[in-house]
Amino acid sequence: MTETVRPSVFLERRSYRLRRLMDALRVLPVAGLMLWMFPLFWPIEASEDVALRSLSEAVIYVFVIWFFLIAAGAILWFALDGRAGTPRAQAEPDDD
Amino acid sequence: MATLNVLVGVSLIYVAFLFAVAFAAERSAARGRGSWLRSPLVYTLSLSIYCTAWTFYGAVGYAARSGLEFVTIYLGPSLVMIGWWWGLRKLVRIGRTQRITSVADLISSRYGKSNILAIVVTVMAVIGVTPYIALQLQSVTTSISIFAGPSHAEDAFNQIGSGFWVAFGLALFTLLFGTRSLNANERHYGVVIAIACEAIVKLIALLAVGVFVVWGLGGGVQETLARIDNSEIGTLQLDRSRWMALTFLSGAAFLCLPRMFQVLVVENDNERQLHIASWAFPIYLMLMSLFVVPIAVMGLDLLPEGSNPDLFVLTVPLAEGREGLAILSFLGGFSSATSMVIVATLALATMVSNHVVMPIWLSTQGEGATVSGDVRNVVIFARRASILGIIALGFFYYRFSGGGAALAAIGLISFVGVAQFLPAMLGGMFWRGATRVGALAGLLCGFSVWIFCLLLPSFGPDVLLSASVFDRGLLGLSWLRPHALFGTAGMDPTVHAFVWSMTLNTAALVVGSLLSFPTPLERLQGAQFANVFDRSGETRAWHSSVATSEDLMIMTQRILGAEEAQQLFRSEAREQGLDGELPDPSPGFLLRLERELAASVGAATAHAMIGQLAGGSNVSVEDLMAVADESAQILEYSNRLEAKSAELARTARQLREANEKLTALSVQKDAFLGQISHELRTPMTSIRSFSEILRDTDGLTAAEKTRYASIIHGEAIRLTRLLDDLLDLSVLENGQVSLNIEQGNLSELLDKAIVTTEAGGKKGLDIQRRRLDEVVQITTDLDRLGQVFINLITNAQKYCDAAAPKLVIQVVDEGPNLAVAFTDNGTPIPQSARTVIFEKFSRINDKDGSGAGLGLSICREIMSRLGGDITYHPVSNGNCFVVHLPPAEAMAAQ
Repeated sequence: MTETVRPSVFLERRSYRLRRLMDALRVLPVAGLMLWMFPLFWPIEASEDVALRSLSEAVIYVFVIWFFLIAAGAILWFALDGRAGTPRAQAEPDDD
Repeated sequence: MATLNVLVGVSLIYVAFLFAVAFAAERSAARGRGSWLRSPLVYTLSLSIYCTAWTFYGAVGYAARSGLEFVTIYLGPSLVMIGWWWGLRKLVRIGRTQRITSVADLISSRYGKSNILAIVVTVMAVIGVTPYIALQLQSVTTSISIFAGPSHAEDAFNQIGSGFWVAFGLALFTLLFGTRSLNANERHYGVVIAIACEAIVKLIALLAVGVFVVWGLGGGVQETLARIDNSEIGTLQLDRSRWMALTFLSGAAFLCLPRMFQVLVVENDNERQLHIASWAFPIYLMLMSLFVVPIAVMGLDLLPEGSNPDLFVLTVPLAEGREGLAILSFLGGFSSATSMVIVATLALATMVSNHVVMPIWLSTQGEGATVSGDVRNVVIFARRASILGIIALGFFYYRFSGGGAALAAIGLISFVGVAQFLPAMLGGMFWRGATRVGALAGLLCGFSVWIFCLLLPSFGPDVLLSASVFDRGLLGLSWLRPHALFGTAGMDPTVHAFVWSMTLNTAALVVGSLLSFPTPLERLQGAQFANVFDRSGETRAWHSSVATSEDLMIMTQRILGAEEAQQLFRSEAREQGLDGELPDPSPGFLLRLERELAASVGAATAHAMIGQLAGGSNVSVEDLMAVADESAQILEYSNRLEAKSAELARTARQLREANEKLTALSVQKDAFLGQISHELRTPMTSIRSFSEILRDTDGLTAAEKTRYASIIHGEAIRLTRLLDDLLDLSVLENGQVSLNIEQGNLSELLDKAIVTTEAGGKKGLDIQRRRLDEVVQITTDLDRLGQVFINLITNAQKYCDAAAPKLVIQVVDEGPNLAVAFTDNGTPIPQSARTVIFEKFSRINDKDGSGAGLGLSICREIMSRLGGDITYHPVSNGNCFVVHLPPAEAMAAQ
């Protein structure tokens, strides 16, 4: 059966945690989009006090965000997989 | 030349290896040992067909030309995957529940299983993707020509020839492993596993070249970073509009590309695969792009001015004399190209055969679904012909476009083309109001803008579009210039086309949907798509008894094959609880059947075929009601809950009543046991005392002896009667009674009964009768019926407590049967006792305690044996027992 007609205001600590993890999962792509769009605000013309970004800096910036997004996604999966009811299988071998 | 031979040899071994792997996977799946084929890892790797040769070779070239911008092609898909919870989860769920076979099937199915939409999407997909296939062929042949060296450069036919052989090999592979099973919804294990292998090869190849460049040539990470900053692309030159637009574009294309849809949705097996791929696939993408910039910079540094940056992945190792690494790199590019072509062809062929060839074939047959013969062969043939046709189309495109720069740009152009599906797709998934008219308008609008602003201009001025159109606009209208639509000059052409096509597409979808009115089927499908997660049951059902199971069986056999069809029908029959092979054509079964067929021939065709047999796709009033109300689902659910709770309440009430009855019976039984022991004891006591007196007392007079003996006799009779009654009842209840059927007159029977009762009666009971009605011949066991009458009259005598007791005996005509009503004027039986008066041992205000409480229950047993009944009806000031005579025996009045 589904939930009761009027869900109670207070949740058990476990399900509260679970819901916040789901929130994190939903926020993750938004955060990723904002961070990756941030280079739009970088200067495109050099002036006396502002130097242009070097390519290596930009590459490192993009890849660091990438790494953290993947790490966050993987951690959320490990945190949610067992509790979402699906049997947690052996950890999948990563590609890296 | 020696390298070329080695290369060809290695490629052939590699291809043979792929065939073997695919074959082994198919066999293993056929033997039911293919669970590892459904592992999330294989799923993730199969997604890598996103990385085609265009990205494998082209990303480095892209980076060499415009720096970091290449990475946007990977950022979009990464975001889509990481944000799987928002969109992909729903898409995959819809794909599974509706048994979607392709992106065209999805859109057609959502908008009322419209075949026109399916055809439009199919044509758009073919136009958008064929050049992309040509690009893959080009990349393979170009990379081969690098190994052939400059001595072979003049031999142009060689390239075309090798392009032909590559295309031939790919067609063969796709035919072999892509059309083994007709059911497009079944997983193509062979294809998927081959793609997964190729995914690993291309990743390793690119990483190997990258490691070689960074540590072998560059001298370490720090040095490589310094080299990057000192190169000609060393400062970040970011085109802001492209950065943003291309990220969105690649994300959209990731969802809409037919080949991505195939691996992402159609080949998906469970949600867990998707959840794991949501972070595992971005890892793959990140690794694929990790060394792109270093390789590009190294290529720009090492190779002479003017060399093609698109081939740096090959030419850098070759220039350093690393032929082994170059061959590995070639295999990576080869893998990227072939896996893309195989899946793209498969996806397109499914669309073409399901949405174009099959409908046309069915309509030329005239009789439609009822035509005889095996459709299966036609479907498989159509699919194979489509595969050959699409690969041939790609090859000819490559052949006649000359493989020039026009092809290199086709990647992004193709992306913008397929991205046109996105509004119809997302609109259908999230907005129930989107209609077919809106979707069609949006698709056509976006597609024409794409053709006019991006595809045609990509060939250059005066090829397909005259230069005057570029300068002055279509028909001389300056606001219709392909690169400056509505006067927006100065934008990047790709961004310009993307923004305008998507804007107009979405606008047309919204406006068209708002202005048009959907058909019932559209609304139903819309509700099912939008509410796929809280869908409680099927809202759509076939309402027809026209279709017979035999017709359905014949049709299904022709599409699924005899064995599968019989299996399906048998399992359904078993679920319906039937013994035979054929289930009832229930609405639920028709729906299931439609889904099964849709997996083979697409939703629109399956719907049409079932519709022909089931007598039109009528949508019932209930269906309409279900969509008319936005809260229909909740309403339905609450209705069901209400019904359930009412049922529970009813059951509870019944149980309570039963319990009350049982309690009352138990109390009565206890009382009776007390009573019966008293009953048996009283006569026994007097029998014993009087017999003792007779035995022990001397000098009794004869009169006294007679009196005492009579008392003993009377008490013995009373005991006998009690025991007789009990015996009678148990005989009746056990059904051991033998009836003595004879014919007699009801009036005489009543006379006899009254005489019998009056003989033993204590007080005068006024019995009123209407003798005229009683002249009826009846055929039954007259003695037993008489016993019932006697019991009822005796009861009235005993229990009627009125000052002037009166009993009215009436014959009532109850339609075909007769009934005899005995109505007295005593105190009515209290409500609480009415349910138990026919039970054994039930006695109500039995003042003298002479009754055993068996009379009425004997009456009821007799009547049920005779085939009639006895009921109690309370009247205002008295009691009425009605004896319903058995039907056949009651004869009409003479």
